[in-house]
Amino acid sequence: MKPAYEDPTPPPWDCACGKELEKRRVVLTYMGNEFTVELYQCPSCRFVYVPEDLALGKMAEVEKILEDK
Amino acid sequence: MDQKELRELEKRCIQEEPPWCAAACPLHVDARSFAGCMSRGDWEGARKVLEKAMPFPGVFGRVCDHPCQEKCKRGEAGDPVAIGALERACVQAVSSQAPVRALPSRGRSVAVMGGGPAALVVAWDLARKGYGVEMRVRRNELGGTLRDFPANLLPPEVVREETDVLLQLGVEVHAGCSLDGALLEELRGRRDAVFIEVEDDIGEGWGLERDEKGGILADERTRATSLPGVFAGGGSRESVILAAARGRWAATSMDRHLQGVSPTAGREKEGPCETRLFTSLEGVDALPVVPPADPAQGYGREEAMEEAARCLQCQCLECVKICPYLERFGGYPKRYAREIYNNESIVMGERKGNLLVNSCSLCRLCEEVCPENFSMADLCHAARESMVSRGKMPPSAHEFALRDMAFSNGEKCALFRSQPGHPSSAYLFFPGCQLSASAPHRVERVYEGLCSSLEGGVGLALGCCGAPARWAARNDLLHEALEAFKGRWEAMGKPKILVACPSCYQVFKEKLPQAPATFLWEVLETTLEPLEAAQPLRQVALHDPCAARHEPDLLDTVRRLLQRRGFDVEELKTGGVLTECCGYGGLMANANPPVARAVVERRAGETSRGFVTYCAMCRDRLARAGKPALHLLDALLEGVDTEEAAGRKPPGYSQRRENRARLKRSLLKTLWGEEEDVAVEEHESVVVRMEPDLEELLEDRRILAEDLRHVIHEAEKRGRKLVHRETGRFLAAFKPAAVTYWVEYSPSEDGFTVHNAYSHRMEVLERGPR
Repeated sequence: MKPAYEDPTPPPWDCACGKELEKRRVVLTYMGNEFTVELYQCPSCRFVYVPEDLALGKMAEVEKILEDK
Repeated sequence: MDQKELRELEKRCIQEEPPWCAAACPLHVDARSFAGCMSRGDWEGARKVLEKAMPFPGVFGRVCDHPCQEKCKRGEAGDPVAIGALERACVQAVSSQAPVRALPSRGRSVAVMGGGPAALVVAWDLARKGYGVEMRVRRNELGGTLRDFPANLLPPEVVREETDVLLQLGVEVHAGCSLDGALLEELRGRRDAVFIEVEDDIGEGWGLERDEKGGILADERTRATSLPGVFAGGGSRESVILAAARGRWAATSMDRHLQGVSPTAGREKEGPCETRLFTSLEGVDALPVVPPADPAQGYGREEAMEEAARCLQCQCLECVKICPYLERFGGYPKRYAREIYNNESIVMGERKGNLLVNSCSLCRLCEEVCPENFSMADLCHAARESMVSRGKMPPSAHEFALRDMAFSNGEKCALFRSQPGHPSSAYLFFPGCQLSASAPHRVERVYEGLCSSLEGGVGLALGCCGAPARWAARNDLLHEALEAFKGRWEAMGKPKILVACPSCYQVFKEKLPQAPATFLWEVLETTLEPLEAAQPLRQVALHDPCAARHEPDLLDTVRRLLQRRGFDVEELKTGGVLTECCGYGGLMANANPPVARAVVERRAGETSRGFVTYCAMCRDRLARAGKPALHLLDALLEGVDTEEAAGRKPPGYSQRRENRARLKRSLLKTLWGEEEDVAVEEHESVVVRMEPDLEELLEDRRILAEDLRHVIHEAEKRGRKLVHRETGRFLAAFKPAAVTYWVEYSPSEDGFTVHNAYSHRMEVLERGPR
């Protein structure tokens, strides 16, 4: 699967551990399927930021497709 | 479901049955589509419809004796549609829309003896199929008895023009022939099959068996005679269109004879037949036929359009008209059965029918309005069972409701006690999880009332009957809930169960027949005291819950009670056995919130009055749709201000949970003098607040206050969160079970203010690809 989402502008959020988020390739998984997307992540504590429009948009769409597979 | 079951099921939906006109037509001309085109002014389209089923449309369109009209449904509301006159208007005004073409030659040939309507149709059909056709005609031109129609009705030049098509198709025509047994013998020798058009007595010497009038004895449908390869038809005197149809049937038989296939298979619906279609005439005003200004000339354009517009465009759709769910998916049960069957058969690929299966409210109104009792509920429930057993049920479809059920039956809410001070119980009050969630104060009050008015001890059971599991086809969870209940009920000495909710009643009745359940209302009817003051809101419309549909005693009891309380009750058109669902049944609201909303809004719009109902979920959904709505308890209990009760804001999902838990705590304390000993988890003490708008949004997103507390608690405990550079707000995520929740929040005086929340089911691994 192609990257589900790419946000061109960096998010207004920093990690509470003090680091700025960096764009990184992380793995998403659902119902036994795995795919890699670029998301903003804390380089230190690895916390991954999932923006609202991604969660309610593309992610929800793919969830539905996988559920109906 | 296998193919055979599917076909049986499909047969029960009659939407695709032919309309009466098409069924009565010997050629099955689709007069419904024809009239539709005519009424829209699409006369070319109308002519195309005729050409599809009617040979020589210029001829038969003018002189058809229209047996369709006798069966036209419009005849039950005014005059039948003048289909014959409309066809005539059409073929007079519009010329042929598609050139008649023949298939490549099959290298075989037939002979046709006669030149009348049946013979012409045989030649037309077989020439187009690629057979060589030789016609032998007694008169000196084609047309036979068609030439006997008055010239103003069927001008000779039209017959010539139309029959010239046969010449273009390569038919050999020999005029002025003597048609007799000798010619038949000769033709049988040279051709692969022969058709004889006959009228009455044919005389001797044909070598064929004859009927009582002296005509050729032929099978009514296949037109086969006693000689193999020889077919006969005609008899145009009674009906020219029947004569034409006999020609068509003979042509079909000749084609089959030449191909060596069964002469009869699959021909049951050939010729005039019955139809099982149902078309409601409700709301249809009687209309007389539109008279043509000049009867000799027939209909003009405007007149024809007006007459054609009287066509009812017969179809059934009784269930679709009444159910927003059936309407939303754009089809009707026959199609849905096929889609659901196909959905089940998919091994790899997207199951597009899942939403269709899971959106049905299982309310069974379709069965009631269907002339053949087609059940979408049975179809969808069986499909859900199959999906669950194959592990193909989408996890998100019912999870929220099943979590709610688990919560109701968990230690925070579930309770099973004998009446204080009573060692045994004659009754067990089971208010149900939604009444406890919606109106816990009423549950307390009713229980106290029952305890004081009934002899022999009244036990109390708080919890969920298992209806959500049943709707979700999670038989494992249903069984678990019922077994737990049964064990405690037996230990209590098998008291009589008093239920308040028709869905609980249904579950007990069907799934736990050994535990006899009775409606609370029957008991209240015997103990009801007269009211001291009249209710402020007494004009109400009665909404029967869908689970009450098949409980006639319940329907009566409720009406008697309301009458005794002095309510002026409006009976809705779709009430009682025809009642509509509120959109929660079958977990419709879980699987398909937009359709569930459409369902309840439809219901809400059916009356200008406020509602009274006797299912807590129905009450809350009608209230959420903006209607004043009373629960029956509000209407019956002494001292309730009905106006205020009808306007009570329905609690959201979080509040419903809280209400159930609080009900248990309160009852335990006041009646049994016990403190709840359930351990409080750390996150539960987190205080969260939010604006009402956000509360509504999170209700739609099905995010509970409990979920918010979980996220904030975890984030604060571990320090894992994001900080907004400008607002300083926090954003954190937590996944307590299947769903990851995100909460944007900030600390407040006594806890936290929530600014936003959303969720996803996909899991984010905090690592890159391997």
